[in-house]
Amino acid sequence: MRIACPHCGPRGVDEFSYLGDATVTRPTDPADLDGFAAYVHERRNPAGRHRELWQHALGCQSWLVVTRDTRTHAIEAVEAARDVALARAGGES
Amino acid sequence: MTSDRYSIFSLLRETLNGHKGWRPAWRSPDPKPSYDVVIVGGGGHGLATAHYLASRYGVTNVAVLEKGWIGGGNVGRNTTIVRSNYLLPGNVPFYEHSMKLWEGLEQDLNYNAMVSQRGVVNLFHSDGQRDAYVRRGNSMRMHGVDAELLDVAALKRILPMLDFDNARFPIKGALRQRRGGTVRHDAVAWGYARAADRRGVDIIQNCEVTGFRIENGRISGVETSRGFIGAAKVGLACAGNSSRVAQMAGLRLPIESHALQAFVSEGIKPFIDTVCTFGAGHFYISQSDKGGLVFGGDIDGYNSYAQRGNLPTVEDVAEGGMALMPSIGRVRMLRSWGGIMDMSMDGSPIIDRTPVDGLFLNAGWCYGGFKATPASGDCFAHLIARGEPHPVGAAYRLPRFATGRTIDEKGVGAQPNLH
Ligand SMILES: Cc1cc2nc3c(=O)[nH]c(=O)nc-3n(C[C@H](O)[C@H](O)[C@H](O)COP(=O)(O)OP(=O)(O)OC[C@H]3O[C@@H](n4cnc5c(N)ncnc54)[C@H](O)[C@@H]3O)c2cc1C
Ligand SMILES: [Zn+2]
Repeated sequence: MRIACPHCGPRGVDEFSYLGDATVTRPTDPADLDGFAAYVHERRNPAGRHRELWQHALGCQSWLVVTRDTRTHAIEAVEAARDVALARAGGES
Repeated sequence: MTSDRYSIFSLLRETLNGHKGWRPAWRSPDPKPSYDVVIVGGGGHGLATAHYLASRYGVTNVAVLEKGWIGGGNVGRNTTIVRSNYLLPGNVPFYEHSMKLWEGLEQDLNYNAMVSQRGVVNLFHSDGQRDAYVRRGNSMRMHGVDAELLDVAALKRILPMLDFDNARFPIKGALRQRRGGTVRHDAVAWGYARAADRRGVDIIQNCEVTGFRIENGRISGVETSRGFIGAAKVGLACAGNSSRVAQMAGLRLPIESHALQAFVSEGIKPFIDTVCTFGAGHFYISQSDKGGLVFGGDIDGYNSYAQRGNLPTVEDVAEGGMALMPSIGRVRMLRSWGGIMDMSMDGSPIIDRTPVDGLFLNAGWCYGGFKATPASGDCFAHLIARGEPHPVGAAYRLPRFATGRTIDEKGVGAQPNLH
């Protein structure tokens, strides 16, 4: 498997480290215990399209959101996690 | 009827009879309209559950539904190691219960599962690792489990082929559990299937569960590729597919699915007569009765349902092997394959009821669920039949993730690819 880092180009998967599901969101209310328990532990874990966080740890160090099929390992898209977060927050920088 | 019980006499009789009298080890029945208990998943855990439901808890109106063929999942893909060398309180009694069941398994099932207590040797390479293994060994002994610490001289007698003076990873000793070892994995599936079948359990292959019928918060049956099957209780034992199946009942689990690979070399003469794990990298090895070296290492490290792994892990495992025992360098690798692990958020399993009445969950076995097969089946059967957890499986509850009572042997937190 190779991941095309937006900054460094296509690199072998062993240069990257994995953090899992990129779609879970941290609750905004610090007292929301159920929300935090779900955020930390519960995952959709789909067979198919999965948006996930990778870091180009042995390269440029940037965090990426990779869209990948968990049945075939085929990668559909690689985006900078920063861009994804900014888009989610409504585009403010 | 003549060949139903396997023994030296049935073998002799069939030898004289040209082996014409053997009958299939289990029936292939059509599903009945309904059962008291339906188990989803004909892996080791589902089949063991059915066996203990029938043999220990008196529930015989049971079906095991398997989407493929029994033995085709992880139960037939693992590296066959069994041990009970755990550290934490919730785990030690459970895995020791499993070890005791392994020790009596072949008599219980009347089936040769090739249980081989050849020992498990975990190497350490630093003072810190020695301390950790001393602590683990003490925890085991306090729970009545056998454990011994080996120094280098003792180790050299058992495993002379190791690279003791490796400059980067010198071997300082090992923790050994003599009662650990290996069990022929597919024979475990077949043995449980046959024993359960003899007590009336229906084992239905090529029958995929595609949905659940839930009425007023209570399960009433399962939709399958062979039609609706009614059930008063349903137990899920779907290993790597647990999240997908649970999702059909509206549940979201603390699990990620990851690929783990295994490797077998060409057959060679007797070389290593115990299970050995490298402590400085991820590599473990044993030798099968056919002579092949059976070895493996880490999970690939990212969500996968592909049942095959990637090359960096192959390379990493090979490097681990070469660092530990360079003499295997010219042995050829014959086959490799992958299985999908249900990696839980604390590295420990779940045996519990679910928010749906009558629906029970057995999942989260990570890369170590083969050794757990007998105890998992016994505990799950106990829970399903009696409605309360078995004493040795009582720590494996689902709410522990929310309450902070996680059982994290590695201490890495909610990071499934690190367990
Ligand atoms: C390479 C590898 C090495 C391993 N090494 C070891 C080891 O040395 N020691 C150890 O203790 N453990 C080991 N394990 C882990 C162990 O194999 C598993 O934890 C254990 O086998 C899982 O339980 P099971 O046997 O019930 O799973 P499986 O055999 O996978 O059974 C689950 C079954 O559920 C079926 N299923 C799924 N969805 C459906 C559906 N919708 N309808 C019907 N059926 C369904 C599947 O087809 C499958 O047959 C290893 C695993 C792998 C892959
Ligand atoms: Zn990069």
